[in-house]
Amino acid sequence: MSHLTAWPVFLPLIAGFILLLVQAGGLRLQRVISLVVVLGLVILSFTLLIEASTGSYQIYLLGNWIAPYGIVLVLDQLSALMVAITSLLALGALAYAVATDTDKKGSHFHVLFQLQLFGLNGAFLTGDVFNLFVFFEVLLLASYGLLLHGNGRMRTKAGLHYVVINLIGSTLFLFAVGALYGVLGTLNIADMAAKVAVAPAEDLGLIAAAGLLLLVVFGVKAAMFPLYLWMPSAYANTSAPVAALFAIMTKVGIYSIIRVHGTVFSSQAGELANYYTPWVLGLGLLTLFLAALGVMASRGLREQIAYLVLASVATLLIGVGLNSAEALSATLYYLIHSTLIAGAMFLLADVILKGRGAYEDRFESGKAMPNAILIGSVFMFGAIAMTGMPPLSGFFGKVLILSAALDHAWFAWIIGVVLVAGLLMILSMARTGSLLFYKILPEEVVSKSTITSTGQPLNRLAFVAVIGLFLASPILVLFAQPITAYTEATAKQQFNPSGYIEAVLSTPAITEPNK
Amino acid sequence: MEWLISLIIGVLTASGVYLTLRAHTFPVVMGLTLLAYAVNVFLFAMGRLTIGLPAVIDKTAESINYSDPLPQALVLTAIVIAFGMTAFLIVLALKARGELGNDHVDGLHLGKDELPIKKGQKPKTTGNSITKQTNDGSQMKQSNSVHSMQQEVK
Repeated sequence: MSHLTAWPVFLPLIAGFILLLVQAGGLRLQRVISLVVVLGLVILSFTLLIEASTGSYQIYLLGNWIAPYGIVLVLDQLSALMVAITSLLALGALAYAVATDTDKKGSHFHVLFQLQLFGLNGAFLTGDVFNLFVFFEVLLLASYGLLLHGNGRMRTKAGLHYVVINLIGSTLFLFAVGALYGVLGTLNIADMAAKVAVAPAEDLGLIAAAGLLLLVVFGVKAAMFPLYLWMPSAYANTSAPVAALFAIMTKVGIYSIIRVHGTVFSSQAGELANYYTPWVLGLGLLTLFLAALGVMASRGLREQIAYLVLASVATLLIGVGLNSAEALSATLYYLIHSTLIAGAMFLLADVILKGRGAYEDRFESGKAMPNAILIGSVFMFGAIAMTGMPPLSGFFGKVLILSAALDHAWFAWIIGVVLVAGLLMILSMARTGSLLFYKILPEEVVSKSTITSTGQPLNRLAFVAVIGLFLASPILVLFAQPITAYTEATAKQQFNPSGYIEAVLSTPAITEPNK
Repeated sequence: MEWLISLIIGVLTASGVYLTLRAHTFPVVMGLTLLAYAVNVFLFAMGRLTIGLPAVIDKTAESINYSDPLPQALVLTAIVIAFGMTAFLIVLALKARGELGNDHVDGLHLGKDELPIKKGQKPKTTGNSITKQTNDGSQMKQSNSVHSMQQEVK
């Protein structure tokens, strides 16, 4: 039992407290602390990633109570991967926030940012459903604060919708947790999986209903059809670094489906084995189609990127719904790609928005922005990665998912929807790019126009953060072999839930904790 | 006792869902509070309904019956979280009321019984011209977007 497992949870929490205390010390000090902590998290998470890649489970018994009586933190390959992605994304988003002074627009930005990381890492590491609920609430409350950070009328409106739908989600979560506890008598994921496999026939209906209710909750988090309507406006109206960090928030829902449903209702779960997968697959396909329509219908760049994030979530849901080790491995590869690139795209949208001045990110011809060639090239790079065209990582992710779908009964539907949605997205991104960078208004029109505000010059430091996140895509392609080897091992580990159950339930308490 | 508890949970949930679907933020807040009450009672009942039994097992007691302490701990956590979230939501609803000019969840138009805000008190964002309009959705949407555009230009 290594204490290192618990540090991704506690480090941001402690940092959050310290940041509150040093409020008087000025923004500079807070920035230094926040950046150092996130850098520390990156190092820590990669140490844990290397540790987890041996295939062992690191079980951390909080308070030295053995499972299932106490709460456990479980570090396996899946959670280590999620924590690592979170810390990388957080580093990029935080660097951008510091470089563009987003954190000056209101107080406590860094505190909220760290608490958000606390909630995220906790949700990825916990091995207990009720604890997952608590960490969901932590990350949600921090995200409410971050979403509303700074001001704006549209932001408040979108924030209100976001808060209300998530509060309803929390209530449903508690109903599901209560029902599962009432039937199974436990909330530890491993113990639940063991109990579901031997549950008496008369309880199966209740368990199935509670499991699907839990799927609804995770669906709200993941923005699954028909529960995605809060997502585009919330993501499009918040500040860029927050939107970038939120790229991981929808993945929390995906992760929870893989972790909770994938473990409790795995193929070893007797009658209820994999009963949820047709729902995930079908709703994933619907979400993908509607997301592609949303991408086409968007009125602004940020809204369009929010719909692209929705499309990537839908692709991940399809991968999860295919329910095979091969598909899960492909899904995880696509998850790494889509999270980091979506974060980078939100930051790039902010760069474009600032460069266009009063035209912001609306899809209408404006005047040329400063450094248009550089920004345009990066935009094209991002669009290629995001829509899944070769030679970047989005293409490989999609190919892997589609090749895993070849044996599935719904193969024709899956390949049809994925390809049509991909085509629609490529078309609209091409249109966006030409509108923003080619169809610029000539000088004489601009000088007569009532909108006179000029764009800001390019913030070089912030642009470095954007490029840094975009670099993930070529790195994912260049190092595809070791990365897919890792995701394959992860998928194999996830598809052997008895290993997880045994590791969690058989971890002994430390006999002499004071030594 | 069972039917009474299930009736209470059912009524609370139904009222909560009804109120949550209302168009104004205040009923929505009330609805979410009722839903939180319902789920608290539900969680409590999931430890099975017992009367007069200790939550902590006494070694010397003759009976081995006890009431399950875990749901009680869960309810306690849920109450605290729901309390904090409700407080946050009320503050946010007030902020939305101030910035959007009315307490409709979409911030679009005034309720029939609600008076438009006076110019002097008006928050900087909304103009009175929208709020005095009739219920014609398209017209309002237009003027609304014009306003937000002006806002952005400022």
